[in-house]
Amino acid sequence: MELAPLLLLLFAFTLAIFLGFELISKVPSQLHTPLMSGSNAISGITIVGALLALNAMEGPAAKWLGFAAVVFASINVVGGYMVTDRMLAMFKKKDKGGPGA
Amino acid sequence: MNAVLINLLYIAASILFIFGIKMLGSADTARKGNRLSSVGMLLAVIATLMYLGLDWWMVVGGILIGGAIGAVAATRVKMTGMPELVALFNGFGGLASLLVGAAEYAKLRDAGVDHYLEMLQAQSGVTVPGWFVLLAIGLTALVGGITFTGSLVAWGKLAGKLPGIPTLFPGQQFVNVALMIAALVGIVLMVSGGDGSLALTAGLVLVVLSLVLGVLITVPIGGGDMPVVIALLNSLSGIAAAMAGFIILNNVLVVAGCLVGASGLILTGIMCKAMNRSIGNVLFSGFGATAQAAGGVTGEMKASSVEDAYFVLEAAQSVVIIPGYGMAVAQAQHAVKELAHILEENGAEVRFAIHPVAGRMPGHMNVLLAEADVPYEQLQEMDQVNPVMPTVDVAIVIGANDVVNPAANDDPSSPIYGMPIINAHEARTVYCLKRGKGAGFSGLENALFFGENTRMLYGDAKATVSALVAEFGK
Repeated sequence: MELAPLLLLLFAFTLAIFLGFELISKVPSQLHTPLMSGSNAISGITIVGALLALNAMEGPAAKWLGFAAVVFASINVVGGYMVTDRMLAMFKKKDKGGPGA
Repeated sequence: MNAVLINLLYIAASILFIFGIKMLGSADTARKGNRLSSVGMLLAVIATLMYLGLDWWMVVGGILIGGAIGAVAATRVKMTGMPELVALFNGFGGLASLLVGAAEYAKLRDAGVDHYLEMLQAQSGVTVPGWFVLLAIGLTALVGGITFTGSLVAWGKLAGKLPGIPTLFPGQQFVNVALMIAALVGIVLMVSGGDGSLALTAGLVLVVLSLVLGVLITVPIGGGDMPVVIALLNSLSGIAAAMAGFIILNNVLVVAGCLVGASGLILTGIMCKAMNRSIGNVLFSGFGATAQAAGGVTGEMKASSVEDAYFVLEAAQSVVIIPGYGMAVAQAQHAVKELAHILEENGAEVRFAIHPVAGRMPGHMNVLLAEADVPYEQLQEMDQVNPVMPTVDVAIVIGANDVVNPAANDDPSSPIYGMPIINAHEARTVYCLKRGKGAGFSGLENALFFGENTRMLYGDAKATVSALVAEFGK
């Protein structure tokens, strides 16, 4: 019975896979790059794991590895979201200009 | 109480990610979706900071340093440099997951397996057997390592720092399989070895193997296949994050990582379909290194001049512009937009035909043309344009090659036979802008260039297009 919470996690894992497939089964090709770059930013969620390694009680090896992980994950998260927003801003501007032209 | 609140916030973050990805899939909502998902990320980070006992200096320092680097890179990059940057960010995500795995393993060794599992239970509320955690650490290291170096190689190829041509050596696949088996053995040794020194050695070897594998898997892949590889690496970075989530038993990591993994796989599938190839074929064939035998191309390429092209274009009623990687290299998108504008003022109907794998990443051409302010309605997909192609007066191919090669339609001996193409050859006249006479990226001769109705315009694409624009101004 002790393993029940773990099984729930595996359950979430399986459902998330199917959800992911369902969510974006049809994407217009002009959005391929932003979708990739935006979902890439989401994969920076590993920053949560990195932060949890920075427990003040831990030894130096764990902490410095965790620190490096935080740095790289932050690059991924901040850079990923900003660059995606920049790209999508261009798409947006055009939508307004299109009908008027 | 604290743990409940943290987990509720994690659930909220997951919901925001789900809506974010969903909205990224449609043009009207994409920007809002991206912002929603960034709010989700912020929530997840804030929730995590509510865990007691974090080393604040390192937390704040790490986020500030990484965030600043990311922000500067994202703001400074030119649109033409976008594929490289996305690849690089992706690699950093994989590296971060690898480092999380390493940090957790260091904790496990410091505390001993039993005590580590107790700490994990206190943090997450989930009880797990030791082998499960070690297996998760091993898989995180493997997938994270492959994502990291694979993305670095992709970055190098896209940025032109590494040769874009496929690099193969004899027995490479055998080596890859052997390394993969060795890596799996490493994981088994880690799982069975726990906090012992043999397991540590196995873990270090595993990291090295995964880094080497990332390079060996990506190096044989040619520039033209890059969209597939980038999409696949994107998926792997999500899977690495999900695996890291299994180490620390964190549901938001598992769910978000999984979503990215699945959406990346879908994109990979779309790219493969657009090339009529399987993922195995893309990864293992070293396409282009072996495919040189292009038979059945007859005739000669007919060079033309900007003046001639001007007269034809001036009289054209409908024009289709087909951009490819060459347009990105020449940074010709603004000049191309200008040409399209002038042709429209001249009374022609102008469309852009975008092949799904044109360029070096999924959607590459769309981003460039969006930057140049080409109206969204003018960008058409292959299936929309092909039916009307025979009625088109002039097709202008700008630095595209394989995606307009008619051999894919009618030459069963061609390596790209069966790949859906834009039927540029059906237009009344075709102008091909090309840097030189050589074969394209894949090493294939393009039957289109030898076509009866095809005229070649050699030279830098940007210079050629600008010269055409100037002709109209006279």
